[in-house]
Amino acid sequence: MTANELNAFEDEINAFVGREVCPPTPAKDDVNTAMIRQWTEIIGDTNPAYTNEAWAAKSTRGKSIAPPAMMYVWGQEGFAVTTGRPADAQADLVSLFNKHGYTGVLGTNVKQEYFKEVSPNDNVVMEMVIDNISERKTTGRGPGYFFETLSTFTNQHGEKIGTQRFKVLKFIPQEQPAAAAAEDTLQVPTRIASPRGHDNKWWWDACDAGKVLIQRCKNCQTLRHPPRPMCGECQSMEWDSIESTLDGEVLSHTELHHPKIPGYQYPLVCAVIRLGEGTNIVSNVVGCDPSAVHIGMRVKGKVEQVDEKTMLPQFYPA
Amino acid sequence: MSDYKTLGCAEISVGDKLPSLDIDITTGLVVCGALATRDFEPVHHDKASAVATGLPDVFMNILTSQGLMTRFATDWSGPEAVVKSLDLRLGAPNVPGMVMTMTGAVTAVDSGTGVVEIEVLGENNIWGMHMQGSVQLALPKEA
Repeated sequence: MTANELNAFEDEINAFVGREVCPPTPAKDDVNTAMIRQWTEIIGDTNPAYTNEAWAAKSTRGKSIAPPAMMYVWGQEGFAVTTGRPADAQADLVSLFNKHGYTGVLGTNVKQEYFKEVSPNDNVVMEMVIDNISERKTTGRGPGYFFETLSTFTNQHGEKIGTQRFKVLKFIPQEQPAAAAAEDTLQVPTRIASPRGHDNKWWWDACDAGKVLIQRCKNCQTLRHPPRPMCGECQSMEWDSIESTLDGEVLSHTELHHPKIPGYQYPLVCAVIRLGEGTNIVSNVVGCDPSAVHIGMRVKGKVEQVDEKTMLPQFYPA
Repeated sequence: MSDYKTLGCAEISVGDKLPSLDIDITTGLVVCGALATRDFEPVHHDKASAVATGLPDVFMNILTSQGLMTRFATDWSGPEAVVKSLDLRLGAPNVPGMVMTMTGAVTAVDSGTGVVEIEVLGENNIWGMHMQGSVQLALPKEA
């Protein structure tokens, strides 16, 4: 797309700002106890303000109310959407985006504000406009535009009961890794797999068998970890290994909070541990509150299966 | 009324944690949640439609997520609390077979108006953050 074509396209989409998606439209059905009951059963919401008439009559409100999060539900189109939505400004904007390759769609934010509660026999009237469209953005999903609709809700007396802002990203989809699309069963994620190369595969293989080994120079007997081909002391490339007893002491530690990486159990404490044999190892401290971990703490390690595929030493308070 | 306690604004402090809540994401919850919110988009009840969009199964609609977030807040506050706003950012889909854990903490207390703000995070065990945002509740001054 040339700069001129892009400008023309942006002029076209920006012309949608302020356009009405639907005029004020009363819900086909008034707020009613049957729909409220169904919603509360499925959401698992036992709030008596919604379904316990006896309690509600004696409450501050004096009557039951509809769950506020149902505000948008009352005006929903219904089963007809399974065969497509009626033409309106939003549908026109979406098809304009689609025509230019912005076929991806992702709801990113929804904000509702509530000004007045509604009760059975009230009617919710909804109107919607296209409120704003962003500049062209580069996103993780691909280049695209955010557009936001603003819905305003009133009751049958014309009193404003709430608003909803809904932000949608329309984007040019990027090639997705094939695996993501092909998976049809959910896999519980595992930890990041250990990289096993020529110089360290033996160490991980021993770990899989429940042992933590420490590399030892055959020439000068110096221990080293992590595994590497040459002794730092005497440059010998001859080595063997000893098994650690996994008695250790915390040299340094940190707790990982954010971002949470799928496959790891939280709380997650990572620590540098000085082993009794004299080398250091980076591992996790488990089996106690993270706030109890401290420098100098004595720990004892065990090689454990931490997920479906991974064996790792884990250190407990000694 | 004594069966249902409502927290008073005076009892709340910034940093107070809400009891966490685990929600099993089942096909029943996804499909029935969509229908209870009159959201008949095929991706929420028809697996083939959902698979065509690149997901493994039907996925939870936004209105159900909004419902779960207000439930999480008012389960904690009690029924006299008035929900003032619900602001959420959407992340990874909730798909049957997952478990979503909801956690939250109080981030603001306005003792003048009785409005408290809580920050809520709903994370599923496979893909992580499903929704993150805030709920504002108007509480009575005293319990």
